[in-house]
Amino acid sequence: MKILFNGKEILAEDGMTIAGLLEQRQLKPETVIVELNFQLVKKEKWSDTPLKENDSIEVLRFVGGG
Amino acid sequence: MSFYQETLGYKEFDYAQFFNRVTREDIGRILYQNRLSELDYLALLSPAAEECLEEMAQRAHRLTVQHFGRVILLYTPMYLANYCVNQCVYCGFGRQNPIERQKLTLEEVAAEAKMIAATGLKHILILTGESRQHAPVSYIRDCVKVLKQYFTSISIEIYPLAEGEYKELIAAGVDGLTLYQEVYDEEVYGQLHLAGPKRDYRWRLEGPERACRAGIRTVNVGALLGLHNWRSEAFFSGLHANYLQNRYTDVEVSISPPRMRPHAGGFPPRVVIRDKNLVQYILAFRLFMPRGGITLSTRESALLRDRLLKLGITKMSAGSCTAVGGRILGEEPTGQFDISDDRDVRAMAHMLYSQGYQPVFKDWQTLE
Amino acid sequence: MQDLFHIGGKELTSRLLLGTGKYASNQMIPQIMEASGSQVVTVAMRRVDTDFEEENILNHIPGNCVLMPNTSGARNAQEAIRIARLARAAGCGDWVKIEVISDNRYLLPDNYETIKATEVLAAEGFQVFPYMSPDLMVAKELVKVGAAAVMPLGAPIGSNRGLKTKELVRILIEEIPLPIIVDAGIGRPSEAAEAMEMGAAAILVNTAVATARDPVIMARAFGMAVEAGRAAFLAGPGAARQYASASSPLTGFLRED
Repeated sequence: MKILFNGKEILAEDGMTIAGLLEQRQLKPETVIVELNFQLVKKEKWSDTPLKENDSIEVLRFVGGG
Repeated sequence: MSFYQETLGYKEFDYAQFFNRVTREDIGRILYQNRLSELDYLALLSPAAEECLEEMAQRAHRLTVQHFGRVILLYTPMYLANYCVNQCVYCGFGRQNPIERQKLTLEEVAAEAKMIAATGLKHILILTGESRQHAPVSYIRDCVKVLKQYFTSISIEIYPLAEGEYKELIAAGVDGLTLYQEVYDEEVYGQLHLAGPKRDYRWRLEGPERACRAGIRTVNVGALLGLHNWRSEAFFSGLHANYLQNRYTDVEVSISPPRMRPHAGGFPPRVVIRDKNLVQYILAFRLFMPRGGITLSTRESALLRDRLLKLGITKMSAGSCTAVGGRILGEEPTGQFDISDDRDVRAMAHMLYSQGYQPVFKDWQTLE
Repeated sequence: MQDLFHIGGKELTSRLLLGTGKYASNQMIPQIMEASGSQVVTVAMRRVDTDFEEENILNHIPGNCVLMPNTSGARNAQEAIRIARLARAAGCGDWVKIEVISDNRYLLPDNYETIKATEVLAAEGFQVFPYMSPDLMVAKELVKVGAAAVMPLGAPIGSNRGLKTKELVRILIEEIPLPIIVDAGIGRPSEAAEAMEMGAAAILVNTAVATARDPVIMARAFGMAVEAGRAAFLAGPGAARQYASASSPLTGFLRED
């Protein structure tokens, strides 16, 4: 299925969860924030939130800034 | 939130204790600050600051020239009616006084306007007593329409109105409001205003703000000096002006420091305000609000007015008459108070030029 | 005398706020905080870059610090609001610095969009700290819509050029009833002290510390400068007499009677 990851279109296996996607992308869960279709998804929900066709997922993290 | 709440903050304020603690060093420090706090202003009104009047005057003069230039706006008052339902113990128009009551017809308004306009003045201040029966808003509006043919700026000094009524008069051509609180101390206010709608302290206090909300261009406030302790009354006059200026940045705010004059009814001033007190008030206000206007009326003598001129004054009246129709009626009826400087416009202009000031007759014109 | 800084519902002792961008290593941040005495840090939020694994900056920020996430990257009010909500949802507390920049050349803030974002977020219970170009009418509008402070720039962001907007900032200090925090442009401790002497409530610095040869020592210098400036403001400088003796007295007539 096609999903939008940080604004870029990518292919993901059907039924993949948020946790699965982060693992595939080698992102440490404790360092990021996830927004799915403009809604923040809490860390506890990541492993039981499956992604659907055309979902838009934003993965963000805090960085240095002034 | 209105200025009334602000005054409550000072209700229990101990003026004597505050004044006792003010030193000359404090005054020296305050004089050269860019910005004065409310209490800095009060310190300048203290007895201790009387020692520093010359230094305050030099600074006030410089600030005035810097912000206003060497110009004085001239205007004249015109009394439309002296019917009044209030009983204010200090006023010649009070309902308790057996004076002849009059109201100008629109023809008389035009005749008097023509006489005034012939002297070159373009700013007029119209006054009435408080009588919604004899001088309703509709009458004032009709007078304004007549006066618009002769003057470019029309200010009103009448009973306090509702916001919608101010809007109505502004639409008719009024651009300025003068509304003196007379006494800011609420308790003393109650003692001096015995009957009539003027007893409503808060309605009057909040009148200038209603006019600001209605879109007025200039507002002039102040206390009538002589009714109560002048230092705290001068303080509240300044706070009132500052309150309005902070909230209505597009309005030109000014104060007047009117001292009580003899009038029918003969109520003597409760407090004597000496010349040096008046000077201190003008200087302190100038330092507190460097861009605020200060209006000086013909209540003061020609000699004193000439000397106060350089201390911070921005507007002066000329050719004044405080009686209804005084200029067109042959004999002089009883005025609201006796004027003290009876120079006409030409003499005032001459005096200003001789002191290096330019008289301004027309400062403003409302564009249709 | 205890001079506490009440701001955004908190009580602080330091009036220096620090940014966390541009450091050679985030490991340095605890030392910087300690040396400066600062209790507030700003952080930004970015999309992750999957080609380059970064650490989470929050791991390096001491637990007693107040976090002030900024909305950098936002080009309009809507984007700023979205970032602010995400940051709060991520557990960063309710402080947010609104930074809306739609100009990539000078990086000057968009005051108009900043007002809009401030209004929405203040209504949602955020403590909103808008970064803005010093303009009196805009600052008044920010007061009206519920900002917790107003943060005018001293010079363009990251420019280290100092307090170029001094006269405009002075007007804000005089007229605005909220704390004025000078943010952006301050390059040297002396400039921070100058702003504090003038009556600024606090200073926010990032580039000047982060890009100093020794950031830790510079952080300490800024901490001291802010304290010195504040103390001078509270002390009230003495009068500089301008009129030793007036050539023509204006009040001589008062002695006649």
